[in-house]
Amino acid sequence: MLIDAINEIFKIVTTGNKKYKMWMGFLSVLALIGISFVFTQIDQGLIATNMRDQVSWGWYIANFTFLVGLAAAAVVLVIPYYIYNYKPIGEIVLIGEIMAVAAVSMCLMFILLDMGSAERFWHLIPYIGIFNWPGSILTWDVIVLNMYLVLNLTLVIYALAKTYAGKPYKTKFIMPLIFFSVPAAISIHTVTAFLYLGAPARPFWNAAILAPRFIASAFCSGPAFMLIVFQIIRKTTKLKIEDKALHKVAEIVAWCMAVNLFLLGSEVFKEMYSATAHIEPFNYLWFGLRGNDQLVPWIWTAVIANSLAFLILIVPSIRKNFFMLNIACGFMFYGVYIEKGMGLIFPGFIPGTLGEIYNYMPNTLELWISLGVWAIGLMIFTVGAKICIAIKTGEIGHALEIPSDH
Amino acid sequence: MSDNKKKDNSQLTRRKFLAGLTAGAAALTLPAVNADAYMMEEYFRQHYKRLDKEDLNEILTKLEEELTFKYGKKVTATATPPMDDVVFGYALDLSRCIGCRKCVYACVKENNLSRDPQIQWIKVLEFQKDNKKWQGLEHSNKYYNPKKVPEKGKNYVPVQCQQCEKPPCVKVCPVQATWQEKDGIVVVDYNWCIGCRFCMAACPYGARNFNWGKPSIPKEEFNPNIHYLGNRPQYKGTVGKCTFCIQRSRKGRYTACVEACPVGARKFGNLMDPKSEIRYILENMKVFRLKEEIDTKPKFFYFFSMGTGVKS
Repeated sequence: MLIDAINEIFKIVTTGNKKYKMWMGFLSVLALIGISFVFTQIDQGLIATNMRDQVSWGWYIANFTFLVGLAAAAVVLVIPYYIYNYKPIGEIVLIGEIMAVAAVSMCLMFILLDMGSAERFWHLIPYIGIFNWPGSILTWDVIVLNMYLVLNLTLVIYALAKTYAGKPYKTKFIMPLIFFSVPAAISIHTVTAFLYLGAPARPFWNAAILAPRFIASAFCSGPAFMLIVFQIIRKTTKLKIEDKALHKVAEIVAWCMAVNLFLLGSEVFKEMYSATAHIEPFNYLWFGLRGNDQLVPWIWTAVIANSLAFLILIVPSIRKNFFMLNIACGFMFYGVYIEKGMGLIFPGFIPGTLGEIYNYMPNTLELWISLGVWAIGLMIFTVGAKICIAIKTGEIGHALEIPSDH
Repeated sequence: MSDNKKKDNSQLTRRKFLAGLTAGAAALTLPAVNADAYMMEEYFRQHYKRLDKEDLNEILTKLEEELTFKYGKKVTATATPPMDDVVFGYALDLSRCIGCRKCVYACVKENNLSRDPQIQWIKVLEFQKDNKKWQGLEHSNKYYNPKKVPEKGKNYVPVQCQQCEKPPCVKVCPVQATWQEKDGIVVVDYNWCIGCRFCMAACPYGARNFNWGKPSIPKEEFNPNIHYLGNRPQYKGTVGKCTFCIQRSRKGRYTACVEACPVGARKFGNLMDPKSEIRYILENMKVFRLKEEIDTKPKFFYFFSMGTGVKS
């Protein structure tokens, strides 16, 4: 039985139509280019990047931060389906969890790439190394991210195995884990925010509002990504996803974006009205500082994109038009990617603690390596989603024998 | 007592376990040359605080051999522990500093810092003098380069590790590769640092430098008197910082920057000794510390022995 299943899954992954093969081929090429640049980085050290002492975290950590949000967003599907029993989302909740797995995997890759001496990772292992818990927030992040990865892997594999065997999977065994995945998702993004906001040396980050803003924006970008993916899936596979499910997700996202913009507004008011010396990084980001304005166009386009997305999503008749919905999703993904990436990490270091302005932007190597990580992440997601859909639609296994109320 | 014993046992097991790992790994690569075995030992080497005397002596001997061979000078490697009743403190007289950067270069040489890529643990900031107020750090310039110093109308503020009593950098390290010693010096175990740079994000004084590339030190300028936690050559992908010249100060000597200063702006001594110069300054001068509002309690003080420093 198990051998058969593995064989069938292997066949599902290795076969597919032309589009599937081209997509995977494209991602493989990107991944290989990225990996070739990783060798350069290992050989020369992180000097191959544009990061320096003044801006000691850059593009990798920006991507990491954004992806933690993407991973956390799976709960936007888990809550309505499992907790409020909103059935239409049942078809897609597993896809959301697979996205969480792919996103956390990318997070871990970005962290490894950012470590100057990644080969010493064993120093982090408790007992044989030293795990500075609870003192270092980074160790909390290691715990919650790995826990969240294992949790989602367990949920997905358990659900798929049960479905494959033709049995319902909402069981007494798994429900506590599902409920636990909600605070776990919140925790990964909260702890990641704490990495930054716990640093009095960096006034731009040292604000309690950072953690709630992280959560609010994550619940926009993640579902935005998923809404587009769901439409692709229902066009290209036999999995049926009702309009109702997508509309529900869009409605949730609209209110998350409202909260996100509200929190942003509070922060803008606090900084601008009190106008202390701490406003310098804020000015650098939004208006440019002493002639250095390279982030200005990025943050303004991001906040405009987010605002337009909010306007589109908040009116039910407009968000139910799929063309407009997709525009809103594209805007939100871009908006949050810039806002939580370069818009958050770079100004934390600019100006530096001694007042120096080092205009950091990632170089070609950093961009290619990051693209490579994204490609690997998307491959994980594509393969996972393909297996999931094959099992759910009964292409392999016995899903069709499950009683219909599950 | 029983707790201590338990701890000792676990230490022993851990060491044995790692020794086994090392031996096993070495056996795998047989026939291995000595260099390979040394690299394996280095890779599996435990945290500084977990090394016993025997381990440490062996490591220091090997380090001496390696560096003597590499730099063609007789190298002496030590790990002098902190002295009792000593906490080091530093004071800098801003009214004297002329911005000559002699301290910077002396520090680079003394501490075997990389020349390419260039690493400097002391940063001297130049400020435009303003009759009305003392200017904030955001108006500083680290890259001033006139023909002669001091320039008219300029102030200079050298900054290095402030050896905080409450060091934010130590708290955030995920592997405790950096810690505060009994004499107040914050040190880094270069063999334990994983290069995550969280400490650099946490430091309010820009006092930590990362080895972005492979450090390079010219043979003829190599300082052969090294301390394991101080001026030994660092590695690519790890963080380093000022240690108040731990290799000198723990032997009762002044730091290299104090000795190099041509105007006597730099004062260094034992805060626990009521008769020390540093104590005299703290008691008789109006001293201040950088960024007092975030309360890291630096043991690095600034003062003006003459004037207020803001007149032109």
